[in-house]
Amino acid sequence: MKLTGAEILIECLKREGVETIFGYPGGVVLNVYDVLYNSDLKHVLVRHEQAAVHAADGYARATGRVGVALVTSGPGATNTVTGLATAYMDSVPMVVISGQVPTGLIGNDAFQEADIVGITRPCTKHNFLVKDVKDLARIMREAFYLAATGRPGPVLVDLPKDVVVSSTKFEYPETVSLVGYNPTIEGHTGQIKKALKAILAAKKPVIYAGGGVVLSDASEEMTTFARKLKLPVTMTLMGLGCFPGSDDLSLGMLGMHGTYRANLAVTECDLLIALGARFDDRVTGKVDEFAPRAKVIHVDIDPTSISKNVKVDIPIVGDLKAVLTRALDMLKEEDLSSREKDLAPWEAEINEWKARHMLGYEQSDEVIKPQYVVEKLREITGGDCIISTEVGQNQMWAAQFFELDKPRCWLTSGGLGTMGYGFPAAIGAQVAFPDKTIIDIAGDGSIQMNSQELATVVQYNLPVKIAILNNRFLGMVRQWQELFYGKRYSHTVMDNAPDFVKLAEAYGALGLRAEKPAEVAEVIKKALAHDGPVVMDFIVDREEGVYPMVPAGAAISKMLLA
Amino acid sequence: MRHTITITVENEFGVLSRVVGLFSGRGFNIDSLSVAETMESSISRMTIVTRGDDQIIEQIIKQLNKLVNVIKVIDLDEGEYIDREMILVKMNANEKNKPELLRLTEIFRGKIVDVTQTTYTIELTGDDGKIKAALELLQPLGIREITRTGKVAMQRGSGNNG
Ligand SMILES: Cc1ncc(C[n+]2csc(CCOP(=O)(O)OP(=O)(O)O)c2C)c(N)n1
Ligand SMILES: [Mg+2]
Repeated sequence: MKLTGAEILIECLKREGVETIFGYPGGVVLNVYDVLYNSDLKHVLVRHEQAAVHAADGYARATGRVGVALVTSGPGATNTVTGLATAYMDSVPMVVISGQVPTGLIGNDAFQEADIVGITRPCTKHNFLVKDVKDLARIMREAFYLAATGRPGPVLVDLPKDVVVSSTKFEYPETVSLVGYNPTIEGHTGQIKKALKAILAAKKPVIYAGGGVVLSDASEEMTTFARKLKLPVTMTLMGLGCFPGSDDLSLGMLGMHGTYRANLAVTECDLLIALGARFDDRVTGKVDEFAPRAKVIHVDIDPTSISKNVKVDIPIVGDLKAVLTRALDMLKEEDLSSREKDLAPWEAEINEWKARHMLGYEQSDEVIKPQYVVEKLREITGGDCIISTEVGQNQMWAAQFFELDKPRCWLTSGGLGTMGYGFPAAIGAQVAFPDKTIIDIAGDGSIQMNSQELATVVQYNLPVKIAILNNRFLGMVRQWQELFYGKRYSHTVMDNAPDFVKLAEAYGALGLRAEKPAEVAEVIKKALAHDGPVVMDFIVDREEGVYPMVPAGAAISKMLLA
Repeated sequence: MRHTITITVENEFGVLSRVVGLFSGRGFNIDSLSVAETMESSISRMTIVTRGDDQIIEQIIKQLNKLVNVIKVIDLDEGEYIDREMILVKMNANEKNKPELLRLTEIFRGKIVDVTQTTYTIELTGDDGKIKAALELLQPLGIREITRTGKVAMQRGSGNNG
């Protein structure tokens, strides 16, 4: 039987196990939308294509499955660029399908034509222009395969109108054959042995765990590994949740806004065990002074991440889950009974740093401290929720004060730092887990970048809770201006924000406000009890800062503590 | 240091732009680039001459390997290789310099491939050193125009570059 391109597309999505897509229609995808009209594939209509991509991203991060977005050509397609770049930086598996003008018109500056394959080449793992309906099924298969395997990432499939309309026999390929694509999964046994030897010999080892641990679903293996070997663990912003924050071995986050003990432990360690992390400049600070005394082990599925910024002594290319499973196997023969004793001096040193400086803030009865809101959210939910964040101080306070014990409960734009990410990402997570509590910890600036999605959550009754830490500033930028630009608050004052309670109400959502610390808990409880989307407007201390802070380009041991 | 890299790629739409975009996007240099189909029309071969310290060259090779359409990457400077470039040089020709042009063309085993009243166009092939030497000697005789293919290269011996 012959199917049209549009039918084939939807059929491919089903074969890939896709249940929900996020999208926005337009001229060249009309035929696809026509097939969707009576398809059991769920489609969530967003209010801006950027949000479709972030929602697919949030869906993917929360579930580990490939997120899917569908948009029209030209402006629809260009609106996906920020979402693609966000997903690319954080290695999120995603397939974005964009409509395109008919093949015969490509290159003609046709109506709503944009060279989206050209535009997104540097911010996708790979992309395709489908030129013939006969190639469509194969390309869809390859797109999903590429998105989900190796180092995951977004893949764009550009689908011209004539391809969507024409028909061919539908056959979904069983296998994928891409000659130039063969990610290494199993780590090299000799290298793993070498790494274990170095770990057993180290006196001051530290695990530096990144988003790769979450992506490879290796949290369990890593947690067992760390506990078995008594290895302290620090996490990157992307890694948060991959190891229980409440565990005694957890040092918290490292880097620019990392904890005192994490940054000092990395600076003083004699062995740095980097797992699925990529030595980002926000983590390393001044590279020459990052783990200056340490031998470095680096496990990563992407060879380009290894020795890119920091010279690695024991590189292991492979999937973390496979490598850690292998390592745990090898450890079975080791006598580890003296680990605790052997590492006691290192533990004592770390505890001393911990005693010297802990994350904290000065509580007030008068004005709400943003950190207090985050702590209360943690306390009242018991941590049983998925947190997304916007970007800025809100993101860093969420990272510091919302202690996470599980992976895939943390949706944040780490690599690109995309304001406007958190709310649509929360939508994606809520669609995946209708009964879970999903909270977007937001800033007053960031939320305005995608607040139109309030219409979406109301339409589908997605009970996303937004907690705005409203400081009436582009707070993080203001903080830099305060510290490094003589308090010249150039264009960071946000005095003309809307009344967020009324904004919520205008869309048909519930709006709540807290202006005094005593009101915080009540607002949170009310929001959680409400069966529908809620905007919580917390009027917080305007000039609170995020600390510790490592000034850009300084060594991470050189922290400003307040 | 200069490195000559050969890249075997799937001969697909947009591949060249992926490779070139990688270099420009990551701030790597391209000194020269040549590309054409191999014996199989579905596979092309590129030769890129680039520059960088060891760490940069390592990144370039890894990043190229990461491209989905790239099948194989070889840094030829890790072994012995043959490299050749062809150039066409259009010379101002007059009664005075014609004998010298003919002599130089012969010395460098070139060919005169086009002649007018006032110009000679010379075709020359050689490695870097030879091309450089030829151009140095031709320069004072009046070069009008020059075009170069960029380097093509191959490992020495019986090894197959893929
Ligand atoms: C799309 C985008 N534009 C600009 C920036 C630069 N930026 C980083 S943090 C920030 C301020 C964010 O303000 P707000 O959302 O109110 O958060 P706060 O820092 O006040 O918590 C800005 C403008 C960015 N990260 N993303
Ligand atoms: Mg703000």
